[in-house]
Amino acid sequence: MAKILAVDDSTSMRQMVAFTLRGAGHTVVEASDGMEALNAAKGEQGIELVISDINMPNMDGISLVKELRAIPQFKFTPILMLTTESGTDKKQEGKAAGATGWIIKPFNPDQLLATIKKVL
Amino acid sequence: MSVDLSQFYQVFIEESFEGLDAMETALMGLDTEQPDKEAINTVFRAAHSIKGGGATFGFTVLAEFTHTLETLLDQFRSGVRVICRNDVDLLLQSVDCMRELLDQLKIKNNRPTHRSESLKAVFEAILSQCPATAQATARKDIDTSDAAPKITWSIHFVPGVNILKTGNDPLRIFTALEDLGELQVKVRVDKLPPFAELDAECLYLSWELTLDGAVDEATIREQFEWVIDECDLTISNLSAQSESPPVQLPADAQKYAADNEKPLKKSPTAESSSIRVGIDKIDNLINMVGELVIIQSMLGEIGSDFTPGRLPKLIEGLEQLEQNTRELQESVMRIRMLPISFNFSRFPRMVRDLAAQLNKKIHLEMHGEQTELDKTVMEKIGDPLVHLVRNAVDHGIESPERRAASGKPETGRLTLNAYHQGGNVVIEISDDGAGLDREKILRKAQEKNLLSSVDAAILTDEQVYDLIFQPGFSTAETVSEVSGRGVGMDVVKTKIAQLNGSVEIQSTIGKGTRLIIKVPLTLAIMPTLMIMLGQQTFALPLASVNEIFHMDLRKSHVVDGQECIAIRDQAIPLFHLKQWLVKGTETVRLQTEAHVVIVSVGTRRVGFVVDQLIGQEEVVIKPLGKMLQGTPGMAGATITGDGTIALILDVPGMLRRYARGTHSWGHN
Repeated sequence: MAKILAVDDSTSMRQMVAFTLRGAGHTVVEASDGMEALNAAKGEQGIELVISDINMPNMDGISLVKELRAIPQFKFTPILMLTTESGTDKKQEGKAAGATGWIIKPFNPDQLLATIKKVL
Repeated sequence: MSVDLSQFYQVFIEESFEGLDAMETALMGLDTEQPDKEAINTVFRAAHSIKGGGATFGFTVLAEFTHTLETLLDQFRSGVRVICRNDVDLLLQSVDCMRELLDQLKIKNNRPTHRSESLKAVFEAILSQCPATAQATARKDIDTSDAAPKITWSIHFVPGVNILKTGNDPLRIFTALEDLGELQVKVRVDKLPPFAELDAECLYLSWELTLDGAVDEATIREQFEWVIDECDLTISNLSAQSESPPVQLPADAQKYAADNEKPLKKSPTAESSSIRVGIDKIDNLINMVGELVIIQSMLGEIGSDFTPGRLPKLIEGLEQLEQNTRELQESVMRIRMLPISFNFSRFPRMVRDLAAQLNKKIHLEMHGEQTELDKTVMEKIGDPLVHLVRNAVDHGIESPERRAASGKPETGRLTLNAYHQGGNVVIEISDDGAGLDREKILRKAQEKNLLSSVDAAILTDEQVYDLIFQPGFSTAETVSEVSGRGVGMDVVKTKIAQLNGSVEIQSTIGKGTRLIIKVPLTLAIMPTLMIMLGQQTFALPLASVNEIFHMDLRKSHVVDGQECIAIRDQAIPLFHLKQWLVKGTETVRLQTEAHVVIVSVGTRRVGFVVDQLIGQEEVVIKPLGKMLQGTPGMAGATITGDGTIALILDVPGMLRRYARGTHSWGHN
């Protein structure tokens, strides 16, 4: 079971993601924006997966990916972006910044677990 | 695994309301001449979060509405469309609309409202005018049908050299493919560079895969979805039969859609039942409890082995206990405290809308938004404040033309100010408008038979202004849409009085009006003056007590059928509380000397004759219970330090019930 960093400024979405992941036995570190996530990433050991929203205050998801990729231990860590269907160009932007893949909103807990299986 | 999403509904609704507040504030501050990018971003983010959450939690109506809104916002954000004043108005309306939808969700109603439908249509019309519309691509769910025939696929996969740097690992893709059928993997190393040029972080391998399974090409492609742009992928069908099964909505997506139609299971109550508390307040509380535990064990230790010599230690312990209990009480009270910005935040929008409606120019200033007061007081003071602000905008501040004519700047100034004063919160609403016209009020009051012409001459300005709080009173010549229906001001006064608060009006004609509202910080604990009537103890809210005299009652005289005493040349009606509240004393002739407590009710003052004064005490208000609830003149009960029960008097209520000439106290 993995240690996962879940980043979303929406408390309900973050709680839903965290609750689902914990229910599946994972350890979840939560962050409410990119800046918090970056600090958590630097402070926590052994994060194996990052799931992040894109639109966030302080530091958005795209910048977070760029920052994370610059940290040696996150060079190859899977990073999934939470994106909405309308954000097709966001997918490309995320990829260009170094994101591994994406999860499209709306998703249900089962879809989330199925997706993260692809990277863990 | 099944997760009950309903547990996140309340959090979602609360955060959405917060998002809408932020959205509104950003829109209000938006200068359409030079739109601030960050403000538009904030607006977009809020809509986006609501849309994402709404869709995830199955609130389809909300999600669809915000989706349309978001598409429009995205165009503003990217500069495809230039935002104008009308758009801001429209967006503000959409904020109201989303609040409405969220309110509906609170009561488990996931249906569009009239407003949401019409607004959505407006947005769609705007969007259709522009060819650059970033139409959302519908998400296509493609899945295999169970009856798909087994096919042998050949997959040629040459990943880009940098693929590992995006966290993608071919091995994981192969693992996923393995779930779809029987997989054979052959690795090719022909692109491997000489060792000296080899970068350990790059991938030079490529693969030939053979997959045997009942899958279609789309499903296989889906496994490569995240790397499709940075790899060379060829998928070919080795089997003869290569027809792909018809595209259909997967069963699980259908089930998901069906779930969305179902009514929501859990219903967060319409009243806001939760409160957000800063972590520092909780920490403080825990700290306090910690200290209490220490004192408890210290006192326990003294108690278990007590000698008279340890008395000073005991007293010291008790003193500490007292101090701690008081601090604990304050901390618990602070938990219910919220900054008044909760109420104030709605005013910029309201004033802006009203000013536009009335063609006035108004600048709103707010001070002391961080002033904290109890949540219940906050909720109850909300409506009166709205009413008073509306009044100030409508009746107080004049039209730009009239202002210019009287030599004032065209833009009127409305100031809201909140601050603490003793155990009260003072809220001031001041405007630099026309001020209250004494003569106009008096004329009106006489027209409405609220006043005789004799009274009119002797009333002080303060008393005259107080007339506007009389039921049915309105000085506006014409009834406007905004205010001036003649209801309201009396309700305002009553509501504030119910909170043990007061309203005071200061006004200078031509210069402006200032309303000063005073409400207690909290309703749970009240400072009182304890009095005795016969053998019974009563508590008078200290907030309404002005002063206390010891008086010779023979000096009272009767004015207009009412016993009065003169205090500093002012006649104050005198009432014998004992006759009202203690059985069997109605006709007993009263003592010649007694304590008189002067109490203010609104802007009037009355004197109560009491038998004994006990002193000041902070009491915890307990409700009277079902049987006695609503007894006129009683606000509740409390248990005093010596264990007896004291009734807490509701002064305005009591006067309404017992005093003669009820109409003069009647704000109901």
